[in-house]
Amino acid sequence: ETPPVDGRRGGALPSVCPQHTDMPEEMRVETMELCVTACEKFATNNESAAKMIKESMDKKFGSSWHVVIGEGFGFEVTHEVKNLLYMFFGGSLAVCVWKCS
Amino acid sequence: MRKASTVQKVAPPGPKSNKNKKKDEEEAVDAGGGRVSYGKALIKPPDQLELTEAELKEEITRTLTANNPHAPQNIVHYSFKERSFKVTSAVDQLAVLFEMEGNLVHIDSDEGRRLRAKEILANEPATVNTGAEADEEELALPEEGGREVDEVGEEDRPDSVASKTGMKEQKATNQFNFCERASQTLNNPPREISCQTEPPPRSVFGATVSQWEIYDAYVMELQKQEKNKEKQKAPTLRKDVDKSRNKTMLTETANDDITKVRKGAKILERMVHQNTFDDIAQDFKYFEDGSDEFRGQEGTLLPLWKFQYDKAKGLSVTALCWNKKYPDLFAVGMGSYDFNYQGRGMLVFYSLKNSAFPERIYPTDSGVMCLDIHEQHSYLTAVGFYDGCVAVYNLKREGSEPVYKSTVKTGKHTDPVWQVCWQNNDMDDRHNFCSVSSDGRVVSWALVKNELVFTDIIRRSLAGPESAQQRGILACGTSLDFHKQIDYLFLVGTGEGKIHKCSKTYSSKYLETYDAHSRAVDAIKWNHFHPKVFISCSSDWTIKIWDHTINTPMFTFDLKVPVGDVAWAPYSSTIFAAVTTDGKVHVFDLNINKYEEICKQAVVVKKKTELTHIEFNPIYPLLIVGDDRGNVISLKLSPNLRKKPKAKRGQDPPQRTEVEVAKMEKLLSLLREPEESLPA
Repeated sequence: ETPPVDGRRGGALPSVCPQHTDMPEEMRVETMELCVTACEKFATNNESAAKMIKESMDKKFGSSWHVVIGEGFGFEVTHEVKNLLYMFFGGSLAVCVWKCS
Repeated sequence: MRKASTVQKVAPPGPKSNKNKKKDEEEAVDAGGGRVSYGKALIKPPDQLELTEAELKEEITRTLTANNPHAPQNIVHYSFKERSFKVTSAVDQLAVLFEMEGNLVHIDSDEGRRLRAKEILANEPATVNTGAEADEEELALPEEGGREVDEVGEEDRPDSVASKTGMKEQKATNQFNFCERASQTLNNPPREISCQTEPPPRSVFGATVSQWEIYDAYVMELQKQEKNKEKQKAPTLRKDVDKSRNKTMLTETANDDITKVRKGAKILERMVHQNTFDDIAQDFKYFEDGSDEFRGQEGTLLPLWKFQYDKAKGLSVTALCWNKKYPDLFAVGMGSYDFNYQGRGMLVFYSLKNSAFPERIYPTDSGVMCLDIHEQHSYLTAVGFYDGCVAVYNLKREGSEPVYKSTVKTGKHTDPVWQVCWQNNDMDDRHNFCSVSSDGRVVSWALVKNELVFTDIIRRSLAGPESAQQRGILACGTSLDFHKQIDYLFLVGTGEGKIHKCSKTYSSKYLETYDAHSRAVDAIKWNHFHPKVFISCSSDWTIKIWDHTINTPMFTFDLKVPVGDVAWAPYSSTIFAAVTTDGKVHVFDLNINKYEEICKQAVVVKKKTELTHIEFNPIYPLLIVGDDRGNVISLKLSPNLRKKPKAKRGQDPPQRTEVEVAKMEKLLSLLREPEESLPA
C-alpha cells in the first residue's frame, strides 16, 4: 500500500525516520547510518542485520547493546539514559537499539 | 750376560761392584766394538782382594728362595703384656711390586646395585641422553676410595651436571662449597580497599511496531521536512542573530573555563608570591628587631613589601585606607596633586598576600584625592575625586564602575574633594558619608537606592559675618575628621591653617576655631583612645597636638620639612607617625619622649620622592606609606615603637583603653596645670 505511493512521489519520502531517541547528536547520526547500512546489506535477514549493528555498537560505544529489527512487534525496555535509538527504515522496518549492561 | 760372577765374601759390594762393572763394560766394549783391541790379559783393579789360588777355587753354593731379600729377618717388638722384647719369628715376605686401583664394581654388590638404579633414573629424561651418559661416567668415578681431593672434585661435577640436567634426586651438597642462607624481606601488610561506582542512570522505554505506525511516522517526518525547507528560505538575519548568539555563548563558555580556574589560579598566584617573597613574609610575622634593646628608646622600621602597579606609575598616592574587616586588604587612591597636570586616576586594592599585583583595579577619569572604607560594610568604599565628584564603589559587584556617583545635578563639589568619611547609618538607616572640599562645603551624602542624596552640613560661604576680610578667610576645607565617640562632632581643617570644630546640627556656625597653622592643614586625626585629643599636620613643617577644649596646642613638633600626613597608632594613645616630603617617616611616642621622635627613617631609595600618606594597620604592627611615584611601601614597626603599658593578667580591652586614656591624660595634665595656674 504505502510503497507505491512513495514511488510516485519520486522518493520524496524520507527513507529514514528517527521516531524516538535520546542520544547525543553525533552518536545518533553515526548509529542511524550504521543501521541503514546494516539493513541495506541484509535486506532479507533481520537477524544478521541486527547482529552486525549490535557488534559494531559494542565496539564503538561500549558493551551490552541490544538490537531488535522487525516489522511488527511491541516492546518495553530499560535502557541507560542517552543510549536509545528507535527508528524506522525503508517504509516498513523498525529498528530499536539500546544499551543496558 | 754378566761375565763376572766374582762374589766377594766380605767385600763391600758398592764400590767394588761398580768397578767390576766398569771392567766388564770395558771388556764388553771390547767384545762388541772390536775396534779397540786391548790385550786379553786380565786387568786387576788395584784394590782387588788378594786371594790365594786355593781360595779362588773354593766353591760356594747359592740357593734361590722365594724370600723377600728386603724383608727384615728379625723383627723385635715390645710386648706390654710381658714387658719385654719379643722376637717375631714369622715375617711377612710379601713384596708389592706394582699396585693399580681399578674402577670396576661388581654388579651384584651394594655399590653396583645403587649405580644401576641411578643409571635407570638418568636414562628416563629423553632429552638429556648425552648428559645421562656423562653421568654414568661421572658416577663411576666416585667409587675410588681414599683420595679426598679427587672425591670432592668429582662430586662437584656430578652436582653441576645434575643441576644442568635437572635431576630429581636430592643431591647431598657438601658442606665446603655450599651453604644455605635464607632471609625474608619485610613485606607490607596487605590492605583491602574497595569502591563502588554508581551505575549509569537508566530509564524505561516502550513502543509498538506495526505497519500503520510506521506509515504515520513517515508522513509526519515528511511534513516536518517541508516546514524546514520553508524556514530555510526565511530571511538570513535570523541565522546571523543565532550565529552571534552562538558566538557570545562561545565566549561566555570560554570565559567560564577561565573563571572556573580563576579561584585556583588566584590561590596559586598567592602561593607562588609567598614562596618568592618568603623571607619578607617571615619577617613580617616573626622578625623582632633585637637591636632595639641596645638602642635605648629608639626604634626602627623594617621595610617589607613594596606595592607597585605598572599602569599607575605616573600617579602619586593620594589616599590610603585599611580595610577593617580584612586586615590584609588596603585601598590606595591614585591621582595627582599637581594643579597643572591633571589626568586620570585609579583606585587600587592591594592585599598583603600578593604584593606583585593588585586585587582590584578601578580606573577613573579624574584623580582620586581621598577614600574611606566603611567600617562595618567593608565592601563599600567612598571616593572623592579631583573634579569634585564623589563615588561609592561596591567591591562585591563585578565591573569597574562605581555603584553611585555624584554629578553636577546631584550636588557635586566644584573643587577637589579632600576628604571623605563614612558615618554611622542615619535615622533612615541609609549608609552615608561626608566629604569636604575646597569649595567650602561639607556635604553629607546618603545612599538611596541608585542615587546619592546630598545634604550640606556646612556651607562655609554663608558662615560667619559677611565682611570681605572674613569671606576671604572663609575658604577651602582641606581635611576632615569625625569624632570617634561623639557622632555629630567633627573637625575641619582649612587651607589657611585654621581648624574649625563643628557640629552636624549647626550648619552655619562653628563651635570653635583654632589658629593652628600658617599653611594649609593637611591632615587632622582624632586620637583613638582619648576623647579630647586630636592631631594636625601642615605644610608649615609642624605637627600639633590639641585638646579640643583648649585653644592652644598641647604639643608642637617642628620637623623642618613639610609634613604630608600624620596618623595615630591604633594600639596606643601616645604613639603617632608622620611622613614628610623628604622621604622620611617619623614615629613619636609621647610617653617616652615628649620633644623628639623615637624613630626617624628614610624609606625611599630615590631622592626627591615625597611621601604623601601614612596609615597604621589596625591589627598588625605594620605601616603603609605612599609616595608620589605611585608606590606603597609597607614597614614593620620594631618593638620599641610598639610599647604598650604592661597589661595585667585578665585585663579586658575596655580596661586597656582606660589605661591608654589615663596615660594621655597624665601627659596632658602636666601641661595643663601650668596653664591653669596662669592668670586668665
